[in-house]
Amino acid sequence: MALSKKTKEAFLGPLNANNPVLVQILGICSALAVTVQLKPAIVMGLSVTIIVALSNLVVSLIRKSIPTRIRIIIQLVVVAALVTIVSEVLKAFAYDLAMQLSVYLGLIITNCILMGRLEAYAMTNDPWDSLVDGLGNGFGYAWILVVVAFVRELFGSGKLFGLQIIPESWYVANGGFYENCGMMLMPAMALILVGCIIWFHRSINDEKK
Amino acid sequence: MDKFYNLWKKFGQNFQQGGKLEKLSSFYDAFDTFLFTPQTTSKKIGAHIHDGGDSKRTMILVVLALVPCMLFGMFNVGYQHLLATGQLAAGMTAALWWKAFGFGLLAVLPYYIVSYVVGLGIEFVVAQIKHEEVAEGYLVTGFILPLIVPINTPLWMVAVATAFAVIFAKEVFGGTGYNIFNVALIARAFLFFAYPTHMTGDSVFVRTGGTWGWDSAMTAVDGFSGATPLGVLATTTDSAAMPIDFWTAFNGLIPGSVGETCGWAILIGACLLLCTGVASWKTMLSIFATAGVTAWLFNQFGPETAVANYPWYMHLVTGGLMFGAVFMATDPVTSARTECGKWIYGALIGFMVIVIRVLNPGYPEGMMLAILLGNTFAPLIDWCVVRVNINKRMKRSSATAPAK
Repeated sequence: MALSKKTKEAFLGPLNANNPVLVQILGICSALAVTVQLKPAIVMGLSVTIIVALSNLVVSLIRKSIPTRIRIIIQLVVVAALVTIVSEVLKAFAYDLAMQLSVYLGLIITNCILMGRLEAYAMTNDPWDSLVDGLGNGFGYAWILVVVAFVRELFGSGKLFGLQIIPESWYVANGGFYENCGMMLMPAMALILVGCIIWFHRSINDEKK
Repeated sequence: MDKFYNLWKKFGQNFQQGGKLEKLSSFYDAFDTFLFTPQTTSKKIGAHIHDGGDSKRTMILVVLALVPCMLFGMFNVGYQHLLATGQLAAGMTAALWWKAFGFGLLAVLPYYIVSYVVGLGIEFVVAQIKHEEVAEGYLVTGFILPLIVPINTPLWMVAVATAFAVIFAKEVFGGTGYNIFNVALIARAFLFFAYPTHMTGDSVFVRTGGTWGWDSAMTAVDGFSGATPLGVLATTTDSAAMPIDFWTAFNGLIPGSVGETCGWAILIGACLLLCTGVASWKTMLSIFATAGVTAWLFNQFGPETAVANYPWYMHLVTGGLMFGAVFMATDPVTSARTECGKWIYGALIGFMVIVIRVLNPGYPEGMMLAILLGNTFAPLIDWCVVRVNINKRMKRSSATAPAK
């Protein structure tokens, strides 16, 4: 099945040139909150991807019958339903992770990326493109989370996916020289890391122009 | 000297336009103006500034003012080491005096090398990328940094913190003169939050082990505690505790960050800064006065804890308050610039440092955070002062202007 140019753009755009986090600076709060470790960051990224994609699809399907004046409420109902489903599934099958993500799972409902996509794309495009756009934006958000969480977990606690990567014998406590950087565990550092990614992203994209 | 000068200038031709090493011209320029007087000077006619001061001279003055603190800090590092290892049990001798200084010199020197190599390295690289001259701002930052860290901080941590501070507190904002926060303090704050176990506690301020293998067989004597006076106050349960008396604190032969302990050395530096007009006496006075008043208020009405009961005049001479007030809060770039604003800026710092010391049990010392907070508010203070002045003048002129 060949994809139209518009569909391709809807998927590839948000990954790089029109990334929701890097370019539109949306969804920053949750990027700070859930990126201390890789595992919750990936789960969060996937949850957002699923919710954005499905809510884009649903809203796009019913877009013609939504009264303009109450569209935000209807969008919110759709998103809230999906968030509830996802969080219940997580609680049922990955309870510890759901606890780790705590309120941020529920707060996906207020994630700016969701409302942004619904308003800017799903309300005016057909369901197939909307679904692809939602997937693209979800993955665009997710890869930033993964990169930030990778750096934070590696340098903040010396681990990846909870496995010790930096040898125990390196640590000062065991007679070595190394120490984890406590700054990485603080939200401020996540902001600085996102800033760095934006920095590199801009400098590369500026060179292209 | 002439021979060297000619050789140097000939070498410099490589860096001129069209030369082989044109791209590295700022590299040559930095060393050229560091070694010799700049080639470009203001003309006799037309220039309105009749003063030899430029940022290079200002920076060198601050470095000179810091030299007493550094020398004393080196001696104190060695002295504390001898004290901790019990070598002073039989009293001080000339040989031990020199050993103390030599030991301290060898202990502090690596911090200077790391600080300058990393910091200046980044400055040079950034200058090449941005095609700018190498700014001299790092001279002072690099000189202060080793003086405000505990002597047992691992060198690689200092390197990481320096790199972080120079890139994220300075170059990102546009380089020397554009930074919002004091760069040396950002480096220290990074260390403080990233590696807290190496920045506070009883074991970080006195080197009991060796330096470069010298004295490494020594261990601390029984009953030794490397706690700083403020560290003692923060942990003691005795609400009338008095770890040291005024003159011991002022003379500075006590554990602490390298350069912060000696009141005399800081006073000499302060005199030099004030006589040459590099630092503002308003900021300094305002910090000391407000800190004293705040501490006095805590003495009178504060909670019944050791820090709150610590006499106000003792607060002024312990910890980093003096060093911070003289050398760091007065940084012309990050402090308030309006004359009235300097009073407010100093008052904010003086108030906050005592509040942090007394009310936050986690932080025995608050000078670093107080100054950084002051830095945050400095532009706002300036803006308000300017606005108030404009409004006052507007009112005056509209009062005297003829009615329309």
